[in-house]
Amino acid sequence: MSGFRLNSRDGVGTLLNTGRAVNFTFDGKPYQGFEGDTLASALIANGVSIVARSFKYHRPRGVFTAGSEEPSALVTLHNGPRTEPNIRATEVELYEGLVAKSQNNWPSVKFDLMAVNQLPGKAFSAGFYYKTFMGPARPGHKATQFWWMCEQFIRRAAGLGRGASLPDPDRYAKMNAFCDVLIAGGGPSGIAAALRAASAGAKVILCDERATMGGSLIGTSDVLNGERADIWVRERLAELAAMENVTLLPRTTVQSMFDDGTYLTVERVADHKVQPTPHEPRQRSWIIRAKSAVIATGAIERPIVFAGNDRPGVMLADSARRYASEFGVAPGRQVVVFCNNDSGWLAARDMARAGVIVTAIVDVRSDVADDIRAAGEETRAEIFTGAAVKSTQGWQTLTGVELCEFSEVTGQTGATLRKLGCDCLAVSGGWSPAFHLTSQQGGKPVWDAELQAFLPGEPVTTWHGAGAMAGKFGLRAAFRSGEEAAVLALADAGLGEGESDVPEIEGDTIDYAPAPVFEIRSDGKSFVDLQHDVTADDVRLAHREGFISVEHLKRYTTLGMATDQGKTSNVTGLSIMAEARGKPIPEVGTTRFRPPYSPTALGALAGERYGHLSSERRTPMHDWHVENGAGMYANGPWMRPESYNAPGETVEQAYIRETKAVRASVGLVDVSTLGKIDVQGPDAAEFLNRVYSNGFAKLPVGKARYGLMLREDGFLFDDGTTWRLDENRFLMTTTTAGAGRVMEHLEYHRDVVWPDLKVALTSVSDEWAGVAVAGPKSRAVLKACVEGCDVSNEGIPFMGVREAQINGIPVLIARLSFSGELAYEVYTGAHWGQALWEALMNAGKKFGIVPYGLEALSTLRIEKGHVAGPELNGRTTPYDLGLGGMVSTKKNFVGSVLLSRETFKAEDRLQLVAIKSIDGQRIRGGSHLVKGSKDNPGRSEGNTTSTCFSPELNTYMSLALLEGGSARHGEKMFAANPVRGAHVAVEVISPHIVDPDGGRMHG
Amino acid sequence: MRLTCPYCGERDHQEFTYRGDASATRPAIESTAMDDHLAYVYDRKNPDGVHRELWNHTSGCRMHLVVTRNTVTHEVTGCEPVGPWAKKLKAASARRGAKR
Repeated sequence: MSGFRLNSRDGVGTLLNTGRAVNFTFDGKPYQGFEGDTLASALIANGVSIVARSFKYHRPRGVFTAGSEEPSALVTLHNGPRTEPNIRATEVELYEGLVAKSQNNWPSVKFDLMAVNQLPGKAFSAGFYYKTFMGPARPGHKATQFWWMCEQFIRRAAGLGRGASLPDPDRYAKMNAFCDVLIAGGGPSGIAAALRAASAGAKVILCDERATMGGSLIGTSDVLNGERADIWVRERLAELAAMENVTLLPRTTVQSMFDDGTYLTVERVADHKVQPTPHEPRQRSWIIRAKSAVIATGAIERPIVFAGNDRPGVMLADSARRYASEFGVAPGRQVVVFCNNDSGWLAARDMARAGVIVTAIVDVRSDVADDIRAAGEETRAEIFTGAAVKSTQGWQTLTGVELCEFSEVTGQTGATLRKLGCDCLAVSGGWSPAFHLTSQQGGKPVWDAELQAFLPGEPVTTWHGAGAMAGKFGLRAAFRSGEEAAVLALADAGLGEGESDVPEIEGDTIDYAPAPVFEIRSDGKSFVDLQHDVTADDVRLAHREGFISVEHLKRYTTLGMATDQGKTSNVTGLSIMAEARGKPIPEVGTTRFRPPYSPTALGALAGERYGHLSSERRTPMHDWHVENGAGMYANGPWMRPESYNAPGETVEQAYIRETKAVRASVGLVDVSTLGKIDVQGPDAAEFLNRVYSNGFAKLPVGKARYGLMLREDGFLFDDGTTWRLDENRFLMTTTTAGAGRVMEHLEYHRDVVWPDLKVALTSVSDEWAGVAVAGPKSRAVLKACVEGCDVSNEGIPFMGVREAQINGIPVLIARLSFSGELAYEVYTGAHWGQALWEALMNAGKKFGIVPYGLEALSTLRIEKGHVAGPELNGRTTPYDLGLGGMVSTKKNFVGSVLLSRETFKAEDRLQLVAIKSIDGQRIRGGSHLVKGSKDNPGRSEGNTTSTCFSPELNTYMSLALLEGGSARHGEKMFAANPVRGAHVAVEVISPHIVDPDGGRMHG
Repeated sequence: MRLTCPYCGERDHQEFTYRGDASATRPAIESTAMDDHLAYVYDRKNPDGVHRELWNHTSGCRMHLVVTRNTVTHEVTGCEPVGPWAKKLKAASARRGAKR
C-alpha cells in the first residue's frame, strides 16, 4: 500500500483543516499530517504501510479499518510514565508532537526476526499450547518440564505492546449524570433521535466515540435539505449544543450498559493533546443514569476471508472510502474493490469521485442492480461479477490479487480469471450491527437471513435500537428509526412525543443485504481474526477436534479474544463453523458480549480513588509525629508512625531502640486508630455477652475486659477490650482494620437477629484520641501528671478504668497491656489528642520516655505472644491460638455451636507457636516451616505470621502457625522463603517469651 | 440498580451492602442444635426469579432492609426496613402516603 494525500476540494477531507500542519513521529521518524487527521490516516497519507506485527506469526500488518474496531494497527503512544500500549492508530487524533511506536517486533516493524514463527506452518495452529505443553507436571510444579524450558522464549515472542512500570502521572475523574434519554452514537439515527427527544423538552445526553459527531454523514455524498450532509449535520449539532436540555459528549464511548438504565461511558478529555493542561483529567468516566436510551451504535463492516487477506494494503471498503472522503487520503495508487453487497460499489464510486484510482470492482454476485452497476461504471474500473479474489500477492505489502470465477450458489471457485496489480484491496463482506451494549444486558441476538447478520432482538430493559444497529440500514431508515426510537424513549420517561423533523434526502437507495459468502476457499493462510492470528483452518481444526460450541471455539482458537474482542471477526468465524457443522448460522449461536465495548484505561475506572486524591486518615497527633521525625506509614487508610528515626538510624535500629526503652523504662504510642464503638442500653451487657466468646454480663462498672469475637462459623473474627463505663454503657475497642466490619456485624445482630434487645450502637472511632503509656515507669509518669485519681496499684488495678484529668484535660485511663509491661491506655476527646500527648511526653521526660511507632508496638506484642491481624486471618479458632480459656462453656454466643465441631479439635490443626532464628539469620515474612534442606525442602507444615528482631531473645523471631504446634516446642525446623532465597534454621518455642506469668503487667 | 431506602429515599445500589438470603434465620440464642446452626450459616437458596434478600444501607442510614428483587431482571418490587424501628417507620410512611 502506498497511500498519498488527495488534492483538497469540496467534499474531500471534510474532517481536515489543511491550513494547520501537524508534526509527529512514528518509530522515531518524523512525519507531517493535518489537524483533523487520525494517526492512521496520517500514516497512510505518508505512504507508511506496515504499522504493526501480528500477535502470533509476527506477520506484517497495516491499517485495516478507520474506527474502534481496528484489529491490526495497534501502536504504543508516548514515552516514559505516560507510555500506553495497544492503542488503535485509527482512533488516535493527531496532535503536534505525538510520539508513536510500532510494537511486537524485533528489531523493527519492517524486518521482524520473529516472523520465522510463520514458517513451520502448522506449529502454532489452534490448541498448540494445550497440545504441546500439557502433560505430567514437573515434580513440585504445576507445568511440564518442556514448558519450563520454553516459557521465557514464548513470553518474549508472544503478546502485544509493553506498558510502563512507572506511576501514571495523569489524573482521572468520575462524573455522575442523570438524563431522560441517553443516546449512544452520534450518527444519523442518533442525531435524529436527539433532535426529536430534545424537541419534547427531554434532558438528553448524546455520546459519540469520535471527536466529530455525525457518523456516516461526515463523509457521504448524500444531500440533506439541499445541503451537503457534513454541513447539514454540523448545523444540527450546533443547534443541539445550544439547547440547555442537551449535553453533547464527543470522544465519549458508551462502554457498558448495566441494570436499571445505568451506563458507564468514558470520555477521552485530553488524549488529543501532548498532555492534559494543569488540573485537567486525562479521561473522565461518567456513570449515567437514564430513564431510557436510544442505542444507535451503527454497524461494523466485516471482511471476506481469503488467502493472504491480512497483507498490508487489504482494508475494509467503507474504511477506504472514509479515508478518501473524510481525511482526503487515497489508501493506495491502484485500488481494487472486492465485495458481496452493494455498499462496496458505492465505496468505489465515492473514492473515485474523491480522486482515487479504482482499477477493478469484483463482486461474488452475478446479478447486480442496474443503478449499482451504473455507480460502478462511473469509476471507469474494470468490473468482474460472479468473481472473487482467490489470493493476494506481495512480499511484505500488497502488490496484486488473483481473481477467479466464483459461484455464489455453490460457493465454489472456478478458473483463474486474471492477475491484477494493485496496492490496496478494499473489501466489503456485509455489515454486522454493533449491538454489543444490549448483548451485555442479556438481550439475545436474532439472525436475519435477509441481511445475513445478527440483530439485537427484542429489548428486555428500557432501550430502543435505531439505525444500522437495529438493522435499519440507509439514511432514510436511519432518520425514521431514530425518531421512532426517540418517541418510545420519551414515553418511557413520561414525556410527550416532540416534533418530527426528517430532512429531505437526495442520495442513493441501496440494498444492504449481502450474498451469503463469507470465505473464498483456497490454499494459504486465510485469516478470520487478524489480531489473534486465527485462520479459517484453525476454526475447521477446532471443529474436527470436537470444539464445536461457540464458547469452546472461542477458547480453543482464541477467536475474538483479543483487545478488539472480535469486532470484525465474530460473524465470519461463526459462519465457517456453521458450514463445517452443516448447520445454519443461528443454530451455532453467538457468544455474549461483555463490558467494556472497547479497551478502557484502568485509571478512568479508578478515578480519584488513586494517588494524591485517595482518602487518607490521620490521627489527632499526626502533625506531632511528622514534626518529630516519624516515618509515616500507610496502614490501611490510616497514616501511622513507623518509627521515630534518630539521624542516621535505620528503621530496624530505631524500633529496636524504642522496644528496649519501653522494656527498660517507659514509652508512649498513638493508638487513636483503634476502632471504638459506644454500646448503650438496658440490654447492652446481654448483647455483648452474646457477641463475645467470653463472659461480659458480670463485668463490673469501672473494669475493662479483653474479648474475643467469633464469626457464626466458629472462626475468630476480631478482638479488643471493652470497658464498662456505667451500668448500661460500654466503650468497645476493635482492631484498627476490623473497625468497619465489627460495626456491621454488631448492627446486623442488633437489627436482624435480636431486634428485641434494647441496644444503641454508635461508632466513636474518630471522637476519641488514645495514647498507650507502657513500661515499668509508666505508673510514675501518670503519677507525675494525673489529677483527680489515685494511680497506685490499688487506685487503678489491672484492667481498671478511671476518669481523671491531665493538665486539666479530661481523660479516661484504662490499665491494659498489649506489650506485656505495666501499661495504661489514656483516652481523651479527639481535639485534646495532641495536648494530651505533649503533656505525657513532658511528664515522662525525667524517666527518659520515648515515643514508639508501629514497628516497636508490633515487636512488643510479638514477644508477648499477643495475636493481631496476621493471626486473626479468618482461618483460626480460639483453640488454634491458645485462647481456649476465653471460650465460655457457661453460655451460648455467636459461633459457640459451630465452634464445637469435631474438626476444630483435630490435633494437627495449625496452632500458634513462636520460632526463633538459631544462628541469627533474618526470618523473612511469609516463610514456610519445613523440615528439609534448601534443595529439597519437603512440604510446608506451617507459615510465619508476624516477624521481628526480638531484643529480648537477641535474635530474629516470628509468630507462626504450625501443624500441631502447641506440642512441638523445642523442635528444630527451617523457615523457608524460596522466592527470596532464604532458608533459616529455627527452633520452635512457646509464643509467650516475655513475662509468661504476667507478673510485670499485674505489678 | 437503585434502591428506595424507606428512610433516605432512592439511592444508588453502591451505597448498600448485600447480605444475602433474608430467609436465613438464626436459631434462638438458647439453641445448641447443630443442624439448625449449620443450615443458618451455610444453606442458602439461589432462586432464579423473585428473591427476598437482606441489604444494609452502609453508606447511608445504615438500616437493614429486606429487598424483594428478581434475580433475572433485577427488578426491585419491595424494600422494607427491619430492626427495632421497622414498625415505627412503616407507620410513618403509611401516614405520609395517606396525606398524599
